[in-house]
Amino acid sequence: MTVLSVDDVVAELRDGMTVGIGGWGSRRKPMALVRAVCRAGLRDLTVVSYGGPDVGLLVAAGCVRRVVTGFVSLDSIPLEPHFRRAREAGTVELTEYDEGMLHWGLLAAAHRLPFLPIRAGLGSDVMTVNPGLRTVRSPYPDRSDLVAMPAVTLDAALVHLNRADRRGNARYLGPDPYFDDLFCLAARRRFVSCERLVSTADLIDQGPPQGLLLNRMMVDGVVETPHGAHFTSCVPDYDRDEAFQREYATADWATFRATYLDGDEDDYQKAVAAR
Amino acid sequence: MSRADVCVVACAEAWRGDGPVLASPTGLIPRLGARLAQLTFAPELLLTDGEATLLHGDEPEGWLPFRAVFGVVAAGTRHVMMGASQLDRFGNQNISCVGDWHRPTRQLLGVRGAPGNTVNHTTSYWVPRHQPRVFVDRVDMVSGIGHDRGAVEIRVVVTDLAVLDFATPDRSMRLRSVHPGVTVADVLAATGFPLTVPSEVPVTREPTGTELAIIERLDPDGRR
Repeated sequence: MTVLSVDDVVAELRDGMTVGIGGWGSRRKPMALVRAVCRAGLRDLTVVSYGGPDVGLLVAAGCVRRVVTGFVSLDSIPLEPHFRRAREAGTVELTEYDEGMLHWGLLAAAHRLPFLPIRAGLGSDVMTVNPGLRTVRSPYPDRSDLVAMPAVTLDAALVHLNRADRRGNARYLGPDPYFDDLFCLAARRRFVSCERLVSTADLIDQGPPQGLLLNRMMVDGVVETPHGAHFTSCVPDYDRDEAFQREYATADWATFRATYLDGDEDDYQKAVAAR
Repeated sequence: MSRADVCVVACAEAWRGDGPVLASPTGLIPRLGARLAQLTFAPELLLTDGEATLLHGDEPEGWLPFRAVFGVVAAGTRHVMMGASQLDRFGNQNISCVGDWHRPTRQLLGVRGAPGNTVNHTTSYWVPRHQPRVFVDRVDMVSGIGHDRGAVEIRVVVTDLAVLDFATPDRSMRLRSVHPGVTVADVLAATGFPLTVPSEVPVTREPTGTELAIIERLDPDGRR
């Protein structure tokens, strides 16, 4: 276990990798890590995500070949503008699953299973647009047909939690764990950024034991990035920055990039504070 | 009383008789409807704050993060009211994209949980603008499945003009009621496929005084 910088994490990633990103929509996304990936100019990534601006930023920066998801949304702004533009321009490939199917695919990968059966998807065009998807017949007397959801195995997982210690144990303080533990369990290399790195004793003291979502068996590197989920929410530390999100959604990409992404993460945080 | 109030009550009615299931409304009008139902004739309904907390009235009563919602979907103890960018006569719904999926003319949300919802539990829809562009012969990408594809139950479609259901022999769409001030002809003109119309089409019921007071309390700023 090592304490890393955002650039150390990016140095562990390669073009063409499958990268899972935690959080949900525009909530608790590891945005500092995402911004670092954009700056490094990685290419041809397959991004697996309950998608928000993580997907939009990476797509706009030209890092993504394929998105694996059930939706891409900014929550308070329903449609992610950069993802939408890329889909309509045909510049990004898509594997579109039902949200529950994606959950099941991560669960299968976490358990080293080739697939898990699920009802979701039956009869829908999810089966048509993913011609590789197969169904499986129950071997029990019900004999029902189910979708054989393939494992979604990740080369790397990037997640952001409220608190972590130097060993890689981590806690969320908000109401929802999302699927960050599953992203880590489904991945070969697992990186968690956090609002604050604290001692193990403080980490334990800051809430009930079930809030300790990640332990060091599931984490390869930890990064302290205060405000590192900005502009997504990271409650209770901060809410979504709605004004900034509107700026992100409406600004011309070149202007946004020049203003916020050309420097490093410190420059980003300074530019956000200065506006 | 406004048209929006009628729509809130029509949405509330969708959950009547469901018992202790999770009501999952998408959008302001369905959310007001679900809360109204829970506060009046359907006190057993479970509702969240839109995040991970279960609320009864204004009081928290439990915890339901997204992963637990997927468990509720699989268990079938849920009745969702979703939006629909397109709907066909059997209740197939699309929220993914418009045009060819491989190169859409308009990318929308993605299928979200619609495939899993419709194959596991009761689903209803809320359409804020009833128009031929929504009520189409064939949806571009089947996200939520309809009755011809094995849906458990598509119960009602509430729109700004009418309430539609599937009480026909082949479980295709039927006009259940028109909102006050709307004619059957208005609805037919706004629907892009032939709709079953009973010989007598009732008018959607208006909210009672008690219901109006509750709606007003839930939405004091009149955002509906």
